[in-house]
Amino acid sequence: MNDNSQLTETIERYLNGEMTKAERTNFEKLRSEDANVNTQVAEHKHFTGLIKQYGERLELEKRLDAIHDEIDVHALEDEFMIHPSWVVRMWRNHHSKISVAASIAIFAVLSTLFFTGYLSNRELNYQQLRGELHGLKVKTDKLNDKLDGLGKNQGGKQFINPGNFRGTGFAISSNGLIATNYHVIQNADSVYVQGNDGKSYRTKVVYSDINADVAVLQITNPSFKTFGAIPYAFKKAETDIGESVFTIGYPREGVIFGPGFLTATTGYQGDSTHYQVSIPVNPGNSGGPLLDSKGNLIGVIDAKQTHMEGAAFAIKSAVLMKAIKDIPADSLKGTLNINQKNALAGLSRPQQIKKLENYVFMVRVY
Amino acid sequence: MSKETNSGTPTDNEVILGILNNSENVLKRLYIAYFPMILQLVINNNGNSDDAKDIYQEAIIVLYNKVKTGDFELSSKLKTYIYSVCRRLWLKRLSQMNRYGGDIKDFQEFLVVDDETEKNNERDIQFNKMGSALQQLGEPCKTIIEDFYINNKSMQEICEEFGYTNADNAKTQKYKCLQRLKKLFFQQK
Repeated sequence: MNDNSQLTETIERYLNGEMTKAERTNFEKLRSEDANVNTQVAEHKHFTGLIKQYGERLELEKRLDAIHDEIDVHALEDEFMIHPSWVVRMWRNHHSKISVAASIAIFAVLSTLFFTGYLSNRELNYQQLRGELHGLKVKTDKLNDKLDGLGKNQGGKQFINPGNFRGTGFAISSNGLIATNYHVIQNADSVYVQGNDGKSYRTKVVYSDINADVAVLQITNPSFKTFGAIPYAFKKAETDIGESVFTIGYPREGVIFGPGFLTATTGYQGDSTHYQVSIPVNPGNSGGPLLDSKGNLIGVIDAKQTHMEGAAFAIKSAVLMKAIKDIPADSLKGTLNINQKNALAGLSRPQQIKKLENYVFMVRVY
Repeated sequence: MSKETNSGTPTDNEVILGILNNSENVLKRLYIAYFPMILQLVINNNGNSDDAKDIYQEAIIVLYNKVKTGDFELSSKLKTYIYSVCRRLWLKRLSQMNRYGGDIKDFQEFLVVDDETEKNNERDIQFNKMGSALQQLGEPCKTIIEDFYINNKSMQEICEEFGYTNADNAKTQKYKCLQRLKKLFFQQK
């Protein structure tokens, strides 16, 4: 015990450099001879070094604390704190919990729907959706009309029918006024009409009503004199459901007859300016006259509902009449007389058509 | 030294020279200059001002020791270095507390510093052991050891302070204390 104490003191004196030169040489000799002494020296040196470093660390920490106390931490904190909204803070602190809760909620909803049979009973909804899709299609049908016309042109028939778009029009007065649909002539550079006899006339648009989808053309060729008396009358009153009706138009080169019935007094989605008719119509029929069995003009073929049997639509003649009345007087040549005398009543259908076809024109748009 | 250099942010070279020369003034200016930056980092990333203080002092001690031992090489701005060390320390602390949400809001550019703090950590463990060993040692041993080994007092001074009749008694006492301290220190896991 005492020996060890003595040795420790000697080691300390050695490490602190308090030995005389002779003592030092002696001790170093002892150290090199005795491995035990040597390790003790190293251990002691390391351990006391650790104590010293520990002390230094404590001292440094004390100094830093003292400096820290001089800083106004609160003021700095207020300055630097970004105050996010409580939602953000909530999310930051609890996002894992919130995520788990949300997953459970979604799972619960899905399994409830599954077990109550909601997910397998979708046909009802599906049917409704289809109805809506159809609805969208009828709006684009007008566009299809023109695109089809375009397709035909590109199909090599350019010498016969070089028009960009094609529709049908019919005479409304003997002095060269022709009614058609606005969508047929919209964006037109120039508009020509071609009769069943092959004669082609240049026209200008004297009136167009975008909302009613009605346009009125005036033949401008100097050679044109008159159509002669218009054989059909314009019916002002509304026609009843079940009336046998027909149209003639130019879905391709040459007049095509289309028979059918008036099936509803409203158009697509209850549009009261239109009739619904069950007539086979095709792109190119747009603007064609709709006549009843006696030969009265009751409407203008306008559009059809795709993927639905027997649902074409025609603008009511009353709407057409209103549009004609709205034509500014200064864009007309002379007066406009709407024919009220019907020359077709009592004739057989082929005879009616024979008379009619001279007053129905192919409208070509460039 | 001119007056301007005695206040405000010290230059990086000043800091290194100051630490080597044990300059209290430089240490203080260093501390005050960069603490707000670290406070901002910590309090905006799920911490409070005490966390900021701990982290910052740890980083300053890392820097201090590195400079003192001479293996500090300034490869970037000192500001960036301190920020990077603190950022790493704080990320570590956050994941230890299970509060790390996967992202950290940064306010400065930073470097990737790895294992700068590992060595320091080992040392911290040793120091903690030493601290608790000294606590367990009790008086008067604790003071004798501290006076002799830390404050470099002579045995004569210690003798007078504690009223030992001669230096030999004091030496024996100190020896016993040291043996006990060693025992306590190495007993700890």
